[in-house]
Amino acid sequence: MTPMPWSYVWFIPLLPFAGFLVNGTLGRRMPRVVVGTVALLFTALPAALVAWLWMTMCSAGAPASFDSTIRPFGYDWIATSGFHVDFTFAVDHLTLIMLVVVTGVGFIIHIYSVGYMAHEEGYWRFFAYLNLFMFFMSVLVLAENFLLLFVGWEGVGLASYLLIGFYFKKASAANAGKKAFIVNRIGDFGFLLAMFVLIAHFGTLSFKDVFATLARHPEWQQPGVHFITAIALLLLLGAAGKSAQIPLYIWLPDAMEGPTPVSALIHAATMVTAGVYMVARCHALFDSSPTAMTVVALIGAATAIIAASIGMVQHDIKRVLAYSTISQLGYMFLACGVGAYAAGIFHLLTHAFFKALLFLAAGSVIHALSGQQDMRSMGGLRTRIPITFCTMSAGVFAIAGIPPFAGFFSKDEILYRTFTSPNPLHIVLWLVGLLTAGMTSFYMFRLWFKTFFGEPRPDPNATSHSSIHESPWSMLLPLCVLALLSVIGGWVGIPAALGGDNRIERFLDPVFANGAATATVATTGHGLELTLALISVLVAAAGFYVAYIFYCKKPGTADALAERNNRIYNLVEHKYWIDEFYGAFLVAPLQIFAGFVLQLMVDRAIVNGSGAAAGAGVRGLAWIERKQISGNIRSYAGWLAIGAAAVIAVMIFGNVMKGHL
Amino acid sequence: MVPTAYYLILAAMLFSIGIAAFLIKRNVITIFISIELMLNAVNLTFVAFAHMWHQVSGQIFVFFVMVVAAAEAAVGLAIVLSIFRTRQTLNVDEIDLMKS
Repeated sequence: MTPMPWSYVWFIPLLPFAGFLVNGTLGRRMPRVVVGTVALLFTALPAALVAWLWMTMCSAGAPASFDSTIRPFGYDWIATSGFHVDFTFAVDHLTLIMLVVVTGVGFIIHIYSVGYMAHEEGYWRFFAYLNLFMFFMSVLVLAENFLLLFVGWEGVGLASYLLIGFYFKKASAANAGKKAFIVNRIGDFGFLLAMFVLIAHFGTLSFKDVFATLARHPEWQQPGVHFITAIALLLLLGAAGKSAQIPLYIWLPDAMEGPTPVSALIHAATMVTAGVYMVARCHALFDSSPTAMTVVALIGAATAIIAASIGMVQHDIKRVLAYSTISQLGYMFLACGVGAYAAGIFHLLTHAFFKALLFLAAGSVIHALSGQQDMRSMGGLRTRIPITFCTMSAGVFAIAGIPPFAGFFSKDEILYRTFTSPNPLHIVLWLVGLLTAGMTSFYMFRLWFKTFFGEPRPDPNATSHSSIHESPWSMLLPLCVLALLSVIGGWVGIPAALGGDNRIERFLDPVFANGAATATVATTGHGLELTLALISVLVAAAGFYVAYIFYCKKPGTADALAERNNRIYNLVEHKYWIDEFYGAFLVAPLQIFAGFVLQLMVDRAIVNGSGAAAGAGVRGLAWIERKQISGNIRSYAGWLAIGAAAVIAVMIFGNVMKGHL
Repeated sequence: MVPTAYYLILAAMLFSIGIAAFLIKRNVITIFISIELMLNAVNLTFVAFAHMWHQVSGQIFVFFVMVVAAAEAAVGLAIVLSIFRTRQTLNVDEIDLMKS
């Protein structure tokens, strides 16, 4: 019998973990070449394994999904009476796509990091953390039950925290790490509660069992039953934390304090999409609750447009991309919210390609300018760093939704599915999505024009402008690969209206077969889809044109417009004062509570106080003891007599008391 | 016939007087005598119970106690004599060092 790849599935998380152990324990004493080789090797092997898995799953006769339970040391993971969780990995088509993103894009970004981090301190630490992230992310997508997913979920949060705070000597980086961790904790709280409700009602955390139980109980979908909605909304809170959706999106822009490859890998391509993956994974739960679906769609749409509007006025190149990421994640949630899970996952896939590309290219630009991130000090870089320019252009066109780049197909699919969804708000959601598409196109071309076109704007702090240099090949090669993927990546999902056969959707059919939206596809003709596609292309072109006028043809226009609408511009530039609002209404009261109640009353009075009281008590007893141990023989004899008298008293009166009782 | 309880009460009183004297008195000889008093209180209880249960073992114990007490008195008085010779005192509060 030929070996089947799923026997080796558990190597996919285990190998990066081995890399983490090697680099984490021995890395400090190893030369950089060895550290880089170890990190690359232990991510390349899982990628190869996934490729093998992919080929097997796509070949005829492969099962739709399979489990591989791991019993560490031969025992069940958690087993109590009536409740039982196993260390089970499962692979189906959805997991496979996620694995391709995680291991494939992850490996490409590892290559890039070797070049990008070459001169940084803590090289070994960086790769150890990066491998640790790959381990937890693989666990997350491979998990067959909620608890194991939660293990990966927390683990990627940890890796994210460590990597955001990689430059921990910088106060802003350390604070950004903490912020990300704490905001995520709020989401995790929702996830935990969701698991408790699941245990209470289903008695199991295995995906397969939960969904099977759900399918056996159609009466749970009646309007009077609320716990499904509760589970779905609590899961959504967790997803909103991880995937930076309203109201928990505030950590992602600050997370840009981390090194750029981290922004690309964790905060654009993989970790932040975990929320989308989780919603798609639990689609049966969401499908059973129209309320939760509407909330998902509304949160997605609101996040998409608000983040896009903030992204239009940011000056830091990485922050623009961060808000763009939040906005695109909003798109994915919108897709999930209208039941078009396949479209959401499709966008997740293409987004992983082009957003990783954009971040890496931005990193290349920053590298070329020796650390400059402010777009106001960039310009005219087109001829100085041509390869970065070409690859980044592919990414910009892809995210702006210009055909035939990858982003066009996935975004168009989402907009089309939103328009045709049975949700009563579908027209509003579609309009919001369309407007966001225009804004996306605008801010991406704004970035493009400001960075690569126009006159070079000298940086007042730069030593000399001639130091601008193209990045090394280890950075450019990943850019080229990702650029290629950003161009052709969308072709796996060309809709039927454009002569394709939407392969990705059929690929995911075994997972989302009971999706609500699939039924509506056949009823509408191709004309509508083509019209909608045309509209979105026009909107993207309009965004391009406005950006061209503002930042290339008449560079003063944007500033003049901002001047005229001073109040609105200020509001948006300060991100709607959301950070300040949270600071005043959540963080400050919490800090006051922590300062007074926790620090003064609990910590000082109870914790310190109990320690002091215990000490004083022991000292008092010791004082009595010291008096007793006097060195005087007769006092010892006296104690002896008292003790004997006490024993006799207990023997006599104890029996008497017992008789009474 | 005298009830056993009377003997026991007498023995308890003798024993308590012995303890009190042992704790209060400073003179080694007096302390020695109070120990003898306690031993004899115990002997009295032994004999009383032996009589009550018609068993001879209690009385045999008394003989043992008497033998031990006699041996102890011989050794103890010898120690007391040698202490008095070296220190010229029998006050226990002053005899609290092994080396003179």
